[in-house]
Amino acid sequence: MIYHWLRSHWHAFILVLKKLRHAPVANLLMAAVIGATLSLPAGLYLLADNIRQAAGDITIEPQISLFLSLNATDGAVKALDQRLKENHGIKDFNFVSKETAWQEMQRNSTVADTGLEKNPLPDAFVIHPKDTEPQAVDKLQKELSELPNVEHTLLDAEWVKRLYVLLQMSTKAVVILTSLLGFALVAIVGNTIRLQILTQREEIEVSRLIGATDRYIRRPFLHAGLLHGFAGGLMAWLFVYIALYIFNASVQDLALLYSADFLLHMLGGQASLILLGGAAGLGWLGALLAVNRSLAELKAVAKR
Amino acid sequence: MIKFDGVTKRYPGGFEALKNVSFEIAQGELAFITGHSGAGKSTLLKLAAAIERPTTGSVIIKGQNVGKIRQSGLPYVRRNFGLIFQDHKLLYDRNVYDNVALPLSIVGVTGREAGKRIRAALDKVGLLPREKAAPITLSGGEQQRLAIARAIVSRPSILLADEPTGNLDENYARDIIELFKSFHQVGVTVIIATHDARGIARQGEQILSLQHGVLA
Ligand SMILES: Nc1ncnc2c1ncn2[C@@H]1O[C@H](COP(=O)(O)OP(=O)(O)OP(=O)(O)O)[C@@H](O)[C@H]1O
Ligand SMILES: [Mg+2]
Repeated sequence: MIYHWLRSHWHAFILVLKKLRHAPVANLLMAAVIGATLSLPAGLYLLADNIRQAAGDITIEPQISLFLSLNATDGAVKALDQRLKENHGIKDFNFVSKETAWQEMQRNSTVADTGLEKNPLPDAFVIHPKDTEPQAVDKLQKELSELPNVEHTLLDAEWVKRLYVLLQMSTKAVVILTSLLGFALVAIVGNTIRLQILTQREEIEVSRLIGATDRYIRRPFLHAGLLHGFAGGLMAWLFVYIALYIFNASVQDLALLYSADFLLHMLGGQASLILLGGAAGLGWLGALLAVNRSLAELKAVAKR
Repeated sequence: MIKFDGVTKRYPGGFEALKNVSFEIAQGELAFITGHSGAGKSTLLKLAAAIERPTTGSVIIKGQNVGKIRQSGLPYVRRNFGLIFQDHKLLYDRNVYDNVALPLSIVGVTGREAGKRIRAALDKVGLLPREKAAPITLSGGEQQRLAIARAIVSRPSILLADEPTGNLDENYARDIIELFKSFHQVGVTVIIATHDARGIARQGEQILSLQHGVLA
């Protein structure tokens, strides 16, 4: 039974492939249209994913850095330490001495060859506020900046926050784009299948008269829809890959200059599978809707 | 095998093509349906093949009441028949071989087994040398025989032919009738609708004569 089912599907599949081969240009164009459509959400997703990964190391927790004046004494540092301990607005803090900072900097390859011989860095405290509300953090920062021997304060959470908001927005944009363009894909494939059904009307009518089930009639069109969608998904993947390749080639020089890794990575295995599977599924759905509508129309005509 | 009981067929629009028709055709029988143009011959065949349903009365095919079968069950009833349509209904987008392949593909017979049966059917009607030809390039008589090959390829137990000798000259017509008689001789139930009684040699076949939808 299952063998029979598989075999009949396989034969319908081969037949569809043969038919598609009759119009290679039209079918390639079709795949390209679907591919271009799908490459938009896929590309946006890729971009967001890259930024997310780059931002992965950064915590969203706001962090205030207190840079002390260069001539602050050990006693002054101790006194400050005490005052920070007494401050109820602080969750925790740690002290980064100028020596530690210097060593850290020297280990970092990007600034290894700065030519600096003397340590220009000040002592610093890194503070995490208890209350992470932007207003509370601002207040704390102001308070801390007025402490003696504090030369400069730096709140380094703003841009992270903005980045996360952006990332959230881009995730929403990917969802919206995918829904809209997924709908477009269903419509494109559905329309193509409808035209195909029209050209095969005679065959369908005769087949029904001599004992074809609806399932038999649907089968090749569903396969065709699946294939159209899959080919489109493949095209979208290819388009994104090409765009990525061009982008990466152009930032290569820049990346070398900063000896940093600016290269964008391609869609992962899972995302690629979702793209291909989703495209194939939507193509199938488009075909199903088209073929059901056409069959209903044909039956209505036959009744007349 | 096929039993009509008080069958009336009213088409949408109100025209009654068949009126209170009752008859029975036994298994292995050869039957002719005659009558003037518009008498209801094609309608009767469509009812017999479960393509149309009766308005009133019952059509029983192999013990199954067509009027009571669900839509989804009709295809399986239709597979009992080899149908030769009055207008042939050949598919002109494919060659002779692929036309004959259609009924087999519908019942899931493909590959080598299908090839064997298709060639046997084409051989039977003398079209084997033309298997690659496009139907449009065939003569009227050859198209008729192609329609017959398509009807017999799935080895149906009942053969329904609507005007199979339609526009053929007398010699061709006799050949075709002989062909049907040969199917009848191997046990197939054969029902032929024709307005022209010339080819019918009365040898005890059942003849149903229709006049304005009424069985005479
Ligand atoms: N689908 C239909 N809708 C409405 N009327 C129809 C339909 N099919 C047939 N008829 C009418 O029913 C009557 C019988 O038609 P049918 O085709 O059965 O005749 P026939 O005996 O086969 O004639 P012919 O020898 O010309 O083929 C005709 O008057 C025809 O106009
Ligand atoms: Mg007729």
